[in-house]
Amino acid sequence: METIHADVVIVGAGGAGLRAAIAIAETDPSLEIALISKVYPMRSHTCAAEGGAAGVKGADDSLEMHFNDTVSGGDWLCDQEVVEYFVSQASRELIQLEHWGCPWSREDDGSVAVRPFGGMKKKRTWYAADKSGFHILHTLFQTSLQFPSIKRYDEYFALDLLHKDGKCRGVVAMEMRSGRFFAYHAPAVIMASGGAGQVFPFTTNGAVKTGDGMAMAYRAGIPLKDMEFVQYHPTGLPGTGILLTEGCRGEGGILVNKNGYRYLQDYGMGPETPIGSPVLKTMELGPRDRLSQAFWHEQKKGNTVETPWGHSVLLDMRHLGEKKINERLPLVRELASSYVGHDPVKEPVPVRPVIHFMMGGIDTNLNGETQMPGLFAIGETACSGLHGANRLGSNSLTDLLVSGKRSADRASAYAKETGRSEDNPTLRAQAEDIVGNVRGLLQRSGGGETTAGVRREMRDSLESGAGIYRDEKGAQATCDKVAELHERFQGIEVNDKSNVFNTDLQQLLELRNLLDVAETVAEGSLQRRESRGAHQRLDFVGRDDENFLKHSLAFREPKGRPRIEWLDVTITRSQPGVRDYSGGKDK
Amino acid sequence: MSKRTLDIEVLRYDPEQDTEPHFMSYQVPCEEDWAILDALNYIKEELDTTLAFRWSCHMMVCGSCGMMVNGEPVLTCKTFVRDLPKDVRIEPLENFPIERDLVVVLDDVMEKLQMAKPYIIRKDPPPENEEFNQPRSALYKFKQYTMCVNCMCCYSACPQYALDSSFIGPAVLALAHRYNIDSRDQGKSERLDILADHDGVWNCSFVGACSEVCPKNVDPAAALQQMKIDGAKAYWLQKLPGGKS
Ligand SMILES: Cc1cc2nc3c(=O)[nH]c(=O)nc-3n(C[C@H](O)[C@H](O)[C@H](O)COP(=O)(O)OP(=O)(O)OC[C@H]3O[C@@H](n4cnc5c(N)ncnc54)[C@H](O)[C@@H]3O)c2cc1C
Ligand code: FES
Repeated sequence: METIHADVVIVGAGGAGLRAAIAIAETDPSLEIALISKVYPMRSHTCAAEGGAAGVKGADDSLEMHFNDTVSGGDWLCDQEVVEYFVSQASRELIQLEHWGCPWSREDDGSVAVRPFGGMKKKRTWYAADKSGFHILHTLFQTSLQFPSIKRYDEYFALDLLHKDGKCRGVVAMEMRSGRFFAYHAPAVIMASGGAGQVFPFTTNGAVKTGDGMAMAYRAGIPLKDMEFVQYHPTGLPGTGILLTEGCRGEGGILVNKNGYRYLQDYGMGPETPIGSPVLKTMELGPRDRLSQAFWHEQKKGNTVETPWGHSVLLDMRHLGEKKINERLPLVRELASSYVGHDPVKEPVPVRPVIHFMMGGIDTNLNGETQMPGLFAIGETACSGLHGANRLGSNSLTDLLVSGKRSADRASAYAKETGRSEDNPTLRAQAEDIVGNVRGLLQRSGGGETTAGVRREMRDSLESGAGIYRDEKGAQATCDKVAELHERFQGIEVNDKSNVFNTDLQQLLELRNLLDVAETVAEGSLQRRESRGAHQRLDFVGRDDENFLKHSLAFREPKGRPRIEWLDVTITRSQPGVRDYSGGKDK
Repeated sequence: MSKRTLDIEVLRYDPEQDTEPHFMSYQVPCEEDWAILDALNYIKEELDTTLAFRWSCHMMVCGSCGMMVNGEPVLTCKTFVRDLPKDVRIEPLENFPIERDLVVVLDDVMEKLQMAKPYIIRKDPPPENEEFNQPRSALYKFKQYTMCVNCMCCYSACPQYALDSSFIGPAVLALAHRYNIDSRDQGKSERLDILADHDGVWNCSFVGACSEVCPKNVDPAAALQQMKIDGAKAYWLQKLPGGKS
């Protein structure tokens, strides 16, 4: 095993990891940064984000309004000091990206354009056509190339954390090209490894989103917070789960059922708004949890459309016209035409809810600090309490930047204070253990299970017990199933014995991480006996602030299911109230 | 949905075991709406877990899944079973060393990417607390060149890169051009080196193969053409008495 010393190790080169790396390199070029990513940075799933990034821009908008939208959108599970900081930094970060060359779409006067987004009272979503995440990621990656202190380790798979005396001291990773192992020693590690949508069968999340960072932290004894809150996006393409951005509705697209009826008005999001002039924060611009739940009811009522890929509703954008669609939603047009054969210029496109985003993640505070000194977490893998029970679309791209910058500053200071970590026997033994574990996986044989098989059962079980609507029996069954699959995981044999780019082994390691994440999602779904935001219980209807105005913290238990503890939500100025999406009445 | 069985030949190579690459055949029952990437994933899950290939987004934006399909460099998530004959041959991208199976070594282009200085270079500070003003006309000038997903299909198609891999190549030149013509940038002169150099724009033979295969319609050939004109001007300016680089 080789040893690499650095001041800060960043695991993940998506939007969050790159933003953090640049921040450190800019403020203190003497700090050596090791940026580890299992894929080349520009393959990170930030590239898939379409709609845009939120930050107050218009003269008629205010930080206060962005704060209120976020907190009510999150069904008051947001930590409000985090939201306050976030809204205050949002536009500054988006301007910074502009200075770095992000090709934001423009208004007639040459200023950056903003579009409406779900659950937002004002137009404040900065966008680059419908490839916002793609452009953000490439801008950050390209900008990062000018800093010699950022040393990249592309296609290195991080395995587990190194820690000693309760402090994080580094991470062990495997180089995909050679199968060689590397122990990275550093006083500060920033986890920026993205979400975990791959625990579900039907998702907008790419193959890389396997919750590796969450699982690494969890195995190191750090709790995962609010894991039961998983966002369904209401408009994915049936079959593939490819996303059609909320921007479709922001620009004026409408949702209809098989009778051509705009059914959202029946679910507390009416009255109907005029076609082609969307009204903010109501009907199609309601929040994602509400829209996805409405689909579920429509399906129960038999109002959905049958397609070769299962039940759907229709997203109608024809009235936007070809010119606008080409200018603002070109990718959407390409995706819908290629994958389901429906050109949105000419016909409505079938869509259905699809797993999209993890509100939960590694428990952190506003600074990205975890419960383990030296370990920081940012971006989708973290849960700072920003998104609460339901993230508003376009808040998370901005969060990558805001949390990336802030925790980079903290991590730099911490690294300087603590100094380089020495190689020592404890850490060496730990690293050997981690590597031994992987070698063990590679060598075992004859259990009769397959990665694809166990993975499929895990995903199906999560969908049935921890999907849009949940209940005690279903969630319990999923907890049991995941525990069973943990056992059966031991019986998977890796056929590929090569050291070179062994994706058979990689997928097994990812499955191990997915199973760890899955047990926390299932346990949270079971133990949160109320309905809030994206977590809806058929047997506990309605929010229960008395008992559950709290974050859940899932701790790993060496044997058996996770232990759940509860943590108070920080409320600074907005007391829990009613989420009103009926248009106009909201203060 | 109806199924269609394809006979797929895949190039296999594991440097630890094989002395040279060889083909393996798989019969894959495909859904008619599948991309060829779905067929590869079927092979990986159901037939042979040892097959190595890169992919992630399955929506044409991450750029990882570039391969040769029946001799053409393509994104496999954007190449559909319905458009292919029954016999399909999948090989790693041409003009790159093979790392393993369908995975190629990308070090060369990754290094070249850095040489292009693909970031905004400013002599004056940017506006304080606000964005640059950039009319749409200025945005549209370079927008197309920002669409590159770095799939490297153009390098596989490029006859010049095939001859001489020191040629900096289409995607990287298009990226340098993208920054050169961005109204916010002031670093054009710093990027001159990579153009003026013999490995730069002058080596392109302008057959336009890069633009033909580009899955994102970036049109690197057009960028090269424009750069050549610009480059020529700048090049001769440098030669004038008192000219500066
Ligand atoms: C289709 C889609 C559309 C979206 N649209 C929007 C939108 O319009 N607006 C918005 O605000 N949000 C949107 N989101 C959400 C947002 O894009 C993501 O939450 C965000 O991009 C995540 O960024 P990240 O940097 O945390 O992670 P990622 O970009 O996923 O990056 C994770 C990084 O970690 C690395 N990594 C992971 N595991 C390991 C390991 N074991 N070893 C080494 N490296 C590892 C990966 O290689 C990668 O570099 C969208 C999400 C999706 C899926
Ligand atoms: S898998 Fe991302 S471009 Fe094909």
